[in-house]
Amino acid sequence: MESAFIIEKSVVIVVVFAVTMIMAMYSTWAERKVAAFLQDRVGPNRAGWGGLLQPLADGMKLFSKEEFFPNTPNRFLFVVGPAIAMSTALMTSAVIPWGDRLHLFGRDIILQATDVNIALLYIFGVLSVGVYGIMIGGWASNNKFSLMGAVRAASQMVSYEVAMGLSMIALLMMTGTMSLKEISLQQQGMNWNVFYQPVSFLIFLICSFAETNRTPFDLAECENELIGGYHTEYSSMKMGFYLFAEYASMFISATIISVLFFGGYNYPGMQWMVENVGVNTANLLGIAVLFVKICFFIFFYMWVRWTIPRFRYDQLMNLGWRILIPLSIINIMITGAVILRHDIAAALGF
Amino acid sequence: MSIETISLSGRKKVVSNKEMTFIERLYLVAIVKGLAITLKHLFRKKITIHYPEQVREMSPVYRGQHMLKRDEQGRENCTACGLCALSCPAEAITMKAAERKPDEKHLYREEKYASIYEINMLRCIFCGLCEEACPKDAIYLTTSKVLVPASYEREDFIFGKDKLVMPLEMAIKNSQLNNAN
Repeated sequence: MESAFIIEKSVVIVVVFAVTMIMAMYSTWAERKVAAFLQDRVGPNRAGWGGLLQPLADGMKLFSKEEFFPNTPNRFLFVVGPAIAMSTALMTSAVIPWGDRLHLFGRDIILQATDVNIALLYIFGVLSVGVYGIMIGGWASNNKFSLMGAVRAASQMVSYEVAMGLSMIALLMMTGTMSLKEISLQQQGMNWNVFYQPVSFLIFLICSFAETNRTPFDLAECENELIGGYHTEYSSMKMGFYLFAEYASMFISATIISVLFFGGYNYPGMQWMVENVGVNTANLLGIAVLFVKICFFIFFYMWVRWTIPRFRYDQLMNLGWRILIPLSIINIMITGAVILRHDIAAALGF
Repeated sequence: MSIETISLSGRKKVVSNKEMTFIERLYLVAIVKGLAITLKHLFRKKITIHYPEQVREMSPVYRGQHMLKRDEQGRENCTACGLCALSCPAEAITMKAAERKPDEKHLYREEKYASIYEINMLRCIFCGLCEEACPKDAIYLTTSKVLVPASYEREDFIFGKDKLVMPLEMAIKNSQLNNAN
């Protein structure tokens, strides 16, 4: 029994890891394709059908590039930077519920690596470690552009983490749990959190753009001012790791948005499907639904990238500290007032 | 109508420094509008020409690499009068004239011909004035579809008669085509 459990979890972990990697890989392809389509171009279409082998070609190119080390005082940190960025980007996928359960070989397989009751806190913790990857990499590069990019990234992430956490508190007051599994279960049918907490969703969305360093908040690597920002000095697969980590974290944050606000793997009529068609079919459909939502948000990230120009640094700080944080505090107060009103009404027996 | 209100392009907008309303300052409406515009482009027809498979059609007045023509008997038209060099605004053309020997009648149409004819392709601006100036229909840019190839050396861009004169096979083919018509 115990060994079967270990095997089951290992399989789930390996599959989640592989899927995250594949999604990150094909996000690079999708990014180029979407960018091209939004600009009336065709995009990569030489490697494979519709350019589908392009990510492999890019990977091979990065592997065969020269490993360049700048004249840096600390080589160890220079290597650790991309490693931290990559591992933190992958670690978050551990607590995400990809589906409810599958019934295979006489066992109920929970489609989640681990259902910890502080999943949300865990995600915030891991995400904020992610900034160290950029900071250390930028600092160890011994280059002023890299350092500038790293400093910008650090201050940006720290500022937006506050607003992100505050926007989450309003949601947590409503759900009453930090477990992503339970949050998913609460949103059965079309009972999505986005209908109850639209402001919280908006703040969370804006902050996740900042957290993943995507346009309009990509000040950490703005090409025209800082050359490449924190990865100016990186080459070969270390550079690849940074880029890969960015796409992996984009996938993860799209997943978190779908799970927290858009019902995760739930779809209308899921309960009916479980009872009438079968657990496995219903849940496989659930996974598919979750991935449709994720893909939409990944597309949304790219869509926004080619719509909105980059913010100026002071505008970024203004938005974070003087608009988003007060807004999320007001949101918390309103949520609290509504919950209190419900409680009083319940206590008085209305 | 005063001069200030005229808009030749029809797109003139008067800049105003009016205070933005609250909705405008929210910036969200503008973002949604922008997203709608980019989404429209997603479904627009792509203007890319898939180069090796599709070749862009050349304009009828396209001017490519110069070609020194031969007549239907394969003789060079050029008589080294120098009008092309004179008309050239970039001073790209130089030539040296020579007298035709009796046994060279099948090579050159006139009694005088260009023994050396050089165009510096780095100076040439492909304006086509040499073609207009030529009284003997010898030099053409419009009918040649040849592009000047890239090179690493400056000397490679001084094109002599070996690169400029129309190949003999082409002249023969042209005259055959003319006869067929």
